[in-house]
Amino acid sequence: MENKLIGSSSPHIRSDETTQKLMLDVIIALVPALAASIYYFGFKAMILLLASVISAVATEYLCQKFMNRPITVTDLSAVVTGILLAFNLPAQAPWWIAVVGSVFAIGIVKQVFGGIGFNFLNPALAGRAFLMASWSPHIAGGFINPATDAVASATPLAMIKGTASGQLPSLWDMFIGNIPGVIGETSSILLLAGGIYLIYRGTIKWIIPAFYIGTVAVIALIFDAGNLPYHILGGGLILGAFFMATDYATSPVTDKGKIIYAVGAGVLTMLIRKLGGYPEGVSYSILLMNILTPMIDKYVKPHVFGVATGGKKNEK
Amino acid sequence: MSTKLFTFKGGVHPPQSKSLTQNVPIEDAKAPDIVVIPLSQHIGAPCDPLVAVGDTVKVGQKIGESKAFVSVPVHSSVSGTVKKIEPRQVPGGAKVNSIIIESDGKLEVHESVQPKGSLDNLSKEDILSIIKEAGMAGMGGATFPTHVKLSPPKDKTMDTLLVNGAECEPYLTADHRIMLEKPELVLLGTKAVMKALGVAKAYICIENNKPDAIEALEEAAKGEEGIEVVSMIAKYPQGDEKRLINAITGRVVPSGGLPMEVGCVVENVGTIATIGNVIQTGMPCVQRVVTVTGSAVETPKNLYVRLGTLFSDAIEMCGGYKEEPGKIINGGPMMGIAQSSDQVPVIKGTSGILVLNKKEANLPEVSNCILCGKCVEACPVYLMPYKISRFSLLKNFDGADEYHATDCIECGACSYICPAKRPLKESISVAKKEILTRRKKAK
Repeated sequence: MENKLIGSSSPHIRSDETTQKLMLDVIIALVPALAASIYYFGFKAMILLLASVISAVATEYLCQKFMNRPITVTDLSAVVTGILLAFNLPAQAPWWIAVVGSVFAIGIVKQVFGGIGFNFLNPALAGRAFLMASWSPHIAGGFINPATDAVASATPLAMIKGTASGQLPSLWDMFIGNIPGVIGETSSILLLAGGIYLIYRGTIKWIIPAFYIGTVAVIALIFDAGNLPYHILGGGLILGAFFMATDYATSPVTDKGKIIYAVGAGVLTMLIRKLGGYPEGVSYSILLMNILTPMIDKYVKPHVFGVATGGKKNEK
Repeated sequence: MSTKLFTFKGGVHPPQSKSLTQNVPIEDAKAPDIVVIPLSQHIGAPCDPLVAVGDTVKVGQKIGESKAFVSVPVHSSVSGTVKKIEPRQVPGGAKVNSIIIESDGKLEVHESVQPKGSLDNLSKEDILSIIKEAGMAGMGGATFPTHVKLSPPKDKTMDTLLVNGAECEPYLTADHRIMLEKPELVLLGTKAVMKALGVAKAYICIENNKPDAIEALEEAAKGEEGIEVVSMIAKYPQGDEKRLINAITGRVVPSGGLPMEVGCVVENVGTIATIGNVIQTGMPCVQRVVTVTGSAVETPKNLYVRLGTLFSDAIEMCGGYKEEPGKIINGGPMMGIAQSSDQVPVIKGTSGILVLNKKEANLPEVSNCILCGKCVEACPVYLMPYKISRFSLLKNFDGADEYHATDCIECGACSYICPAKRPLKESISVAKKEILTRRKKAK
């Protein structure tokens, strides 16, 4: 029997947590909002979701195949990216926009840099930014108002910015998602439910969503108190704070780092909304903080047990 | 029962898997036909044999000794004849010169084995010498010579003894059963060590997953001056000495330092009970409680085994293998050492023999780090395991050093929790060894 025993360094047991299970949790958390997007935006939303998810998974598979890397599509991370990318599109966007965005998100942003864990930008948001730069009429317009099913209705944030006119929706409509916007961002309550599920499961920590939303709320209270509910619920903040800003690879690892990152994203979001050219700033502010993440992780480290304060080692 | 629960920040909650043996009373294992007694079962200088091939020996007879201070003698665990003295594989992995004794089955006790009398009549020096002569070394697994630990340099003032009954390793229940069945030996050993150290305060520290042991020791410690039983939240690695000291006393042992730098000594409860037994009966360290367990063992048990018993014999005493073993581990699943065969002897540091089946032993498939940060959260030393591991795999040991690789206690919590199943602790250990070797060379 000697040669049949397995020898390896400790530990000899592993938790049953896997990357696939974590991603599955994110998908489960997205299901309520996904159902809402189909409910409010109908067949168009379904086409966008399908096109986005299928092309994301296919791109991941083909990239890995051509690069002779292990095929890891079963870890479900490409599915998450696909859903999130579609969530960032207005209902009127043509299906090929979703395909182009997914191919860019997975192929360029994720696989070229080494696959899962090595992307320095959130793939879905980078995909959206790419589409925004290349086909902005399809991304910045074409919203549908689910209440009237009319095209080109302005989002609440565009209205408070003054770049569009219209009747601001009620708080309740913003909660349930009965407002114009990209297909995944509108139903705050269902996104919140998903986010709370992720925190409960330990898949994400509460720190980034709480500090991100909190920062936006505080700045809005100081400079634009009258529009506070629209800043919180009228755009992509809830979707961004719970599902985009918490992306493992592109957010800091330590608690302190997460706070810096989330507050930074909150400040940038409000800067863009109040002073910038766009009515909405969530996606760009998260992308900008993504870029700062390696630096935050370099300088914000946990204080090692028993090491003298000041980070110096007590040499023996 | 005190209601305060002590704990530390970080750590993990692996399945305890203790139900296999936690309610199984300690069983006196029968003496095997052959024992293999390595001349080094401790950290420090190996012993020289005091007997020759052909000599007859008795139980408790000293058969190996070293003149070095950091060393402890070894004793025969059976009576019989010395058959061979040759290098044999030990659970640590190395080949160590060992005395192989064939038992005559009589278990005749050597005349040197005499009760040591009342503690009141023993001086500090007497106790230290009894502990050394009995071959005491840390039985929690580290096997550091006990008398050395109890002889701190003159400039260090000790004030607290912590008796470590955390037993945070999954599967293991040896310490649990000792505390439950032999609380009086734990108490006697605690008092002896307190006297040897000259400290007035001792805490017997037990995780709250062993309420019966807490109760038994509280009962035994009733009215004892300065001895307090404290309960801790069951969490791995609560039994690590620096975690234990921090949880109970709030003190922080400096990086690279020893517990004595904060006035504390931590002793495993099995060591303490054995010291109690040495004082009471005079029998040196020739037996220990070993949890023989795991899915591939027919009837898992807590065995009171004679040192030198081969793993194969101990497993046989538990009904043998239930299925083909995939992995045999000396110790627990988190920090134990995988064995290349079952022909290794039980030594002073063997707290458990864990036999996993083929399925459990299979190594998981490794995938990319997803930067989830779970290892950072689990690390009880507050390291960034994924970063050190990355440096180590790139052979950038300066980078690993910068991230305090040498502070790693190798508890394995990071590897355990990693969803990508990355060999975090394994690669950090490599970096740690490399850095320490380089530092030695530089001196």
